[in-house]
Amino acid sequence: MKQITKVLEGVGSVVQLLLQSLSYAGTLPRQGARFIEQCYMIGYTTLPIVAILSFFIGTVLALEAGYAMEGFGAKEFIGSLVGLSMARELGPMMTSVLLAGRVGSAITAELASMKVYQEIDALTTMNIPAAKILVLPRLAAVLVMMPVLIIIANIVGWFGGSVVARYVSSVGISPEAYFAALRHYTKFKDVMNGTAKAEVFGFVVVLVCCDIGLNTRGGPREIGASVTRGVVVSLILILVLDYFVTKLLM
Amino acid sequence: MSAESLEASCSKTRNPFTGAEADAVSVKVEGLSKSFGDLSVLKNVSFDVKPGEIFVIMGPSGSGKSVLLRHIAGLDIPTSGKVTVEGLDPSLAESRDRVRLALVFQAGALFNSLSVYDNLALYPREHRSGDENAIRARVMHALKILSVEQSAQQFPSELSGGMKKRVSIARALVMEPQLLLYDEPTSELDPVMGATISEIIATLKNEYSVTSIVVTHDRSLALTIANRVGILMAGKLISLGSPDDLTKSKDPRIVDFLNPKIDIEHPRFKKLETKDNL
Ligand SMILES: Nc1ncnc2c1ncn2[C@@H]1O[C@H](COP(=O)(O)OP(=O)(O)OP(=O)(O)O)[C@@H](O)[C@H]1O
Ligand SMILES: [Mg+2]
Repeated sequence: MKQITKVLEGVGSVVQLLLQSLSYAGTLPRQGARFIEQCYMIGYTTLPIVAILSFFIGTVLALEAGYAMEGFGAKEFIGSLVGLSMARELGPMMTSVLLAGRVGSAITAELASMKVYQEIDALTTMNIPAAKILVLPRLAAVLVMMPVLIIIANIVGWFGGSVVARYVSSVGISPEAYFAALRHYTKFKDVMNGTAKAEVFGFVVVLVCCDIGLNTRGGPREIGASVTRGVVVSLILILVLDYFVTKLLM
Repeated sequence: MSAESLEASCSKTRNPFTGAEADAVSVKVEGLSKSFGDLSVLKNVSFDVKPGEIFVIMGPSGSGKSVLLRHIAGLDIPTSGKVTVEGLDPSLAESRDRVRLALVFQAGALFNSLSVYDNLALYPREHRSGDENAIRARVMHALKILSVEQSAQQFPSELSGGMKKRVSIARALVMEPQLLLYDEPTSELDPVMGATISEIIATLKNEYSVTSIVVTHDRSLALTIANRVGILMAGKLISLGSPDDLTKSKDPRIVDFLNPKIDIEHPRFKKLETKDNL
């Protein structure tokens, strides 16, 4: 019973924060510098790890596909399998998981320490809402950067698959055949579909991590606890939302 | 100066930077109690602060002074009783739109990710008071008053404790507050800087009719600048009066508090030296 109340409280607090931030949407043009800074934090710093991870997801997909399709003599379709799984599911999902670990934790830690060291209180006495200058720029930045990350993740992942297809003897199909199959079966709609998912996940991760950070109470130990909470809640939400968003977008 | 004539002479605050006038503000604390769980920190505290008055709060460590200031700043919600600033509830954003209130936090509460300059410029920029040149002049002026203009481009983590305190006072000045709350403004400062702070508080009152509430352990600061002093002990306001009333008080708690006797022969100090305690 207590757990349920806690969850409902959390949902209420997140929704409230969202509405509050949105009510300042008009101030975004004046917050250009903050927005750019957050784009850099969210996009640029996550890019290398997203690229590396996507490359290896691509390679593993191609390897597994090669193994599975060998039996059917349908190796030419490896490209389509890698293309579709990367674009529709693994790209958005893994990028969001990385975002939760890398960006979500950083956001929670930063806002939690601002709360604990009374910087948020100082903002309150200055009548500068945290939702306006801390949350809104981050939400806007994640919406802009997520599609960029997803497109790069897809391209790198597809490329990773082609490398395996070409050079691993058990798979061994030419890049031309691989990309032909990929192009034929992976439609623009599938990429858009995946991007939409990633937008939802990224937005939720940033919003929830902001909320958990801002609601931290106590001292340094609680900052650590909040960071853990932020990441765990984000991961759970990504997995749960994945099903519903996928269903919705079908 | 009697309280009535004080009120008459200080009915208008003048903005130190723009000269714009606004009404000096009053504070009313009525039956304020606050508990954190089982811990009762403030117990039925009541007092009024008149417009343009310097009201000093003294008391032992842990007596609830900072918590009291946080209530006046609207950062904590009373368990019972209420606090009003110029008749408004300070915890509402609408009230902060109407009354400019600044709090100098005991620990500074500077924005660690912003330079000293940006710490001060944040408020005028967000509230769009003036162009960047006007803001620069205002910020540098405030930093100069507290002799920290050299540190404008440094970050809070690069400052000493006393410098942080001064920057945080400068940040409050830039807000051009009608009500200024200080939590131990001189605790980390040398005597010369301490005197400067007294001058700042007095000048803001005399020239600009800023209402000030000062929490301090600094007896000389309290007795020189205060119009009235309240003593808080274990969450209760045990005395309220002019600095004169206070120094003449016969209440043993107040006498002991203002003139602590240091007795190094006291058994509790002896204990530290015995080996079993180490
Ligand atoms: N957020 C909080 N949660 C629980 N207890 C608190 C909280 N804030 C303050 N207290 C308790 O309230 C009491 C008064 O604290 P406060 O900070 O007001 O003391 P103070 O008079 O300012 O002392 P000092 O002179 O040392 O700054 C202390 O016992 C403290 O432990
Ligand atoms: Mg204190």
